[in-house]
Amino acid sequence: MPDNELNRRDFIKVTTGIVGGLIGAAIGLPAISYLLDPAFKSGGKEAWIPVGKIADMEIGRPYPFSFTRVQVNGWERTSTSHGGFAIRKSEDPKDIVILNSRCTHLGCTVNWKDDAQAFLCPCHDAKFSEEGMVLDGPPPRPLDRYADFRLTDDGILEIFYKES
Amino acid sequence: MWKKIFDWLDERLGLVDLYKNLLDRPEPQGNWWNTLGSASLFLFIMQAVTGIFLTVYYTPSPDHAYDSINYIMNGVAFGWLIRGIHHWGATLMVIVVFVHMLRVFFTASFKYPREMTWLIGVGLFLLTLGMGFTGYLLPWNQKSYWATTVGTQIAGTVPFLGDFILKALRGGSNLSALTLQRFFAAHIWMLPAALAGLIGAHLYLIIKHGESHFPTKDD
Repeated sequence: MPDNELNRRDFIKVTTGIVGGLIGAAIGLPAISYLLDPAFKSGGKEAWIPVGKIADMEIGRPYPFSFTRVQVNGWERTSTSHGGFAIRKSEDPKDIVILNSRCTHLGCTVNWKDDAQAFLCPCHDAKFSEEGMVLDGPPPRPLDRYADFRLTDDGILEIFYKES
Repeated sequence: MWKKIFDWLDERLGLVDLYKNLLDRPEPQGNWWNTLGSASLFLFIMQAVTGIFLTVYYTPSPDHAYDSINYIMNGVAFGWLIRGIHHWGATLMVIVVFVHMLRVFFTASFKYPREMTWLIGVGLFLLTLGMGFTGYLLPWNQKSYWATTVGTQIAGTVPFLGDFILKALRGGSNLSALTLQRFFAAHIWMLPAALAGLIGAHLYLIIKHGESHFPTKDD
């Protein structure tokens, strides 16, 4: 038999190797993508959340709002509550400060107190001004703001929310 | 260069000897029925690999089992493929192992000196059925729930010991979270460990005794 011809044994070996490799690749590559699937998914759903009618918001008085978001991780649903205050500074509907009511110290919910003219945190007596600035207590920074907001045509204030 | 590395490794690991003894064994006249054992081994490996991958997303709890499998099928890339292979491979493995057993029986390959290979093979067959039985419950759907209810009930009809066996299988009188958890433990730890051990012994005996000849008309 000439040297350049495959004998039966080698043919079987090569064929087994090729078929095995194909089967391995056909299962191995999907398996890798199966394993790494969560890393390829783009998380962080975005939404415009309605806060309330702009007409209902008194100028200079914090308007409380809250909303709930359901996050789906695989087969598990977690709902988280969020809240905040919208404060109109003037007649201009764009002149609004929207604060997150989550205290920047340890995450308790702050409440607006009319007599103190401040946001008070029930946990460690933190005090924030109407602008969200720290007046007293342990918080390391001012209240977070919802910086992206818009007004719909029928006068509803909406904030932009993005899941982390 | 590669040859040098290979020779160095071969001298220490005995790769060439290993290859000759494991894969280059002399075989009796080729016959496709003799490949069923290798097919069973291949299926076992496939089931092990896809099973390991499934545990990445599967949760053995009544609250999440069904939803997690739903997620594997619809939410994960190629989840349908991995579970599909595991699902159909399981059925195929029971069939192939059983036909392999029939082949050994009809060609009288279980006779001296291979009695132990046969007995271990019977153990492997029963373990394969055990894998099928325990795996069937894990999706926690109506079919698997009631199949396991019936299956454990049948085991419970054994005279005298029946009630004890039923409770041991279910982890109590009722089919519950405990049943799912122990079936899961059996399915991914105990039975596969026993299977792997017995497969090792089975293969050792096959290599030790070589394969039996196909009986001729004179036999």
